[in-house]
Amino acid sequence: MGDRDPKKDIYILGIESSCDETAASVVRNGRDVLSNIISSQIDIHTVYGGVVPEIASRLHCENINGVIRLALSEAGMDFSDIDALAVTAGPGLVGALLIGVSEAKALSYAIRKPLVAVHHIEGHVAANYISHKELEPPYVCLIVSGGHTHLCLVKDFESYEIIGRSVDDAVGEAFDKVARAIGLGYPGGPKIDRAAKDGNADSIDFPIGEVRDRPYDFTFSGLKSAVLNHINRANMTGEGVNVPDIAASFQRAAITPLVDRTIACAKERGIDVVALAGGVSANSELRRRMKEACEAEGISCCYPEPVFCTDNAAMIAAAAYHRYLAGELAGLDLNAAPNLKLGMSLEV
Amino acid sequence: MRILGIESSGHVASVALMEDERLKAEFSINNGMTHSQTLMPMLSNMLELCGEDPDSLDAIAVSAGPGSFTGLRIGAATAKGLGLGLDRPLIPVSTLEALAYNVVNASGAYVCPIMDARRGQVYCAVFKDGIRLVGEKAESMEELINEINSLSQGRGECIFLGDGVPVYRQLISNKLCGSYVFVTAENSLQRAASVAQIGLWTYRTWLLENDLCAEDVREKGALGIGCFDDRVMSSDDFSPRYIRKPQAQRELEAGLLEDPGLHSLKKMAGDMHEKKRHKDQKG
Repeated sequence: MGDRDPKKDIYILGIESSCDETAASVVRNGRDVLSNIISSQIDIHTVYGGVVPEIASRLHCENINGVIRLALSEAGMDFSDIDALAVTAGPGLVGALLIGVSEAKALSYAIRKPLVAVHHIEGHVAANYISHKELEPPYVCLIVSGGHTHLCLVKDFESYEIIGRSVDDAVGEAFDKVARAIGLGYPGGPKIDRAAKDGNADSIDFPIGEVRDRPYDFTFSGLKSAVLNHINRANMTGEGVNVPDIAASFQRAAITPLVDRTIACAKERGIDVVALAGGVSANSELRRRMKEACEAEGISCCYPEPVFCTDNAAMIAAAAYHRYLAGELAGLDLNAAPNLKLGMSLEV
Repeated sequence: MRILGIESSGHVASVALMEDERLKAEFSINNGMTHSQTLMPMLSNMLELCGEDPDSLDAIAVSAGPGSFTGLRIGAATAKGLGLGLDRPLIPVSTLEALAYNVVNASGAYVCPIMDARRGQVYCAVFKDGIRLVGEKAESMEELINEINSLSQGRGECIFLGDGVPVYRQLISNKLCGSYVFVTAENSLQRAASVAQIGLWTYRTWLLENDLCAEDVREKGALGIGCFDDRVMSSDDFSPRYIRKPQAQRELEAGLLEDPGLHSLKKMAGDMHEKKRHKDQKG
C-alpha cells in the first residue's frame, strides 16, 4: 500500500458468521460505522437450549447474501466503493465460520478487492475503537465472553501480551450454566444481568476464585459448584430458591476478580487506560463496577456500546483496518480456524 | 454462453467451465484437503489458464445436494459469493442427477447413483434413459435394492456409481436380482463438468421459456429479473438441498430432546458427585 494516499478514506466491508449471528458492516477508517446489519438466530436456538451448530450453519448460508446487500445499501454504497473485505476466520464453530470464509473469498475474487482475515477476539477488542475514537494502544483489555476470559496488554494495534486467563470455564460459560441451573435459560448473560437487579448481591456468600501463585488468572468452576450446592441445599431444606438473590450474588462473585485483577494489572504495568471487550462486557454490573474502580484509581475506562459488545461485523471491519494498511492480506486458500487461540496469528 | 460448474458435495472438489457445447476446462482434486483450501484456488487458476475473466461468466451452476452438509455449504457459499459479486444467477443442480450424468449414454439401463450418507443409509436415486424413477432420498441400501428389484423384475442392467459403491458392493452382489455393473473408480465420483453441462441446458431452457437471452440477464442483473424460479435463481435465495433435517431438529420433533436446562443441571450434578467421590477417596 506504499502508493496509498494517506488522506483517502478506507472503506472495509466486514463479514462475521462465527456463531449464531450472520453479520455484515461497512466501516470507514477502522472507526466510523456506516452500516451494521446483524441477523440473529437466537430465537431458533433458544428452543434447543443453546446454539445448534448445524442449524446455525444452515441459517448463515440462507441469510448471508441478504445481510451483505443490506449492509451495502444502508451505507449507500456498492461493491466498487469498497476498498477491502474482512472476514472472521476463527475461533468459532467450524461449519459457521466456513460460510463467511467461503462467501468472502468468492466475493473478494468476483469484485477484485483484497480480503483480510480477522481473529474474532481481536474484533471484540477493536469494537472499542468504534465507540472511543481517541483510544489507542497501549491499554489493558479484559476480554470476557462465552469462550474467553483473558486479561491482555494491548501493546499495538496488532500486538497483544496475555497476562492472565481463566484456567477452567470462561466467565460467559459460567453465566450460561448458572442461568440454566436457576431456570433462567439461554442466553444466560443478559438474563442473569436482568434478574440480579431485583436481588441482594450480599445475600449469599459465594467464593471468589483464586489460582495459586498466578495472581492474574481466573477460575470459575468453584463458584459454579457453590451455586449448584446452594440450589440443592435450598431445595432440600424447603427454603426454596430465590432466583434474583442467587443471580445477584453469583454475579458479584464472578465480577469481583475481573475488576480487581484488571485494575491491579494496569497499576503494575503503569497503564492508565482499561478497556472491556467481548459479549460479557455488555453486562451492566461489570461496566458499572469497572468504571467505578477505574475512577477511584485515576484510570480511564472504556467499553463498546452494547450493540458492539456482542457479535457483529463492524468490529471485524475495524480490526481489519490496520492489517489492511500493513498489507496483511488473505489468499484464496484461506481456511476456517475454529480453534484459533488469542495471540496466535492467522496464517494468511 | 459460459457456465461455471461447482461441485463439493463429497470428497471431490471440482470446478468446470462450459463454453456452449465445449467443456473448456475442468479441475478436480480428491486429496483429502478441505474444499475451502482447494475450491477457490482451482477456480482462479482455471479461469486464468483459460484466459477468461470471472465477468465473462453467464451463470453459476452448483451441485445443490444431497451430500456432506459442510461440503455442500462450502460450494453454496462460494457460488453465492460469486453470484453476489458478479451479479449473475445461480443454477442449482441435483448432485445425484449430475452423478448419473457421468454414464449418460447407458441407454436402457437403470442408473443408480449412491452416496454414502452414514448411519446405514445412502443418498440415492434411480434413473433410466434420463428419467428419474426413484428418489431423491436417504434410505438404507436394502430398501433401495428392494425398490430396484421390484422395478426391474430382475430384467435389465443396473449401473451403480458414487462413493456408496465401495461401502455396499458386497450387499448389492448378494441381494440384487439381475445383472449389475459398478462404474470404475475414476468415473464414479462427482464432476463439476456434469454439473456445468446440466446447468447449461437448464439455463437455456429457462431463458427460452421466459423469452430472454443471456445478455438480457447480464444487463438487468439478478435483482432486475422477475421470473426466477427453483431452476434459475438469485444468489440470495439459494440454499443447498440437504434432504435430511439437522439431527437436533429431528430429535426435537420426535420429542426425544429433553428439557435442555434439566439435562445440563443433571450433568453438572453428576460432575460434582464424581469430583466429590474422588475427593472422598483421596481423603
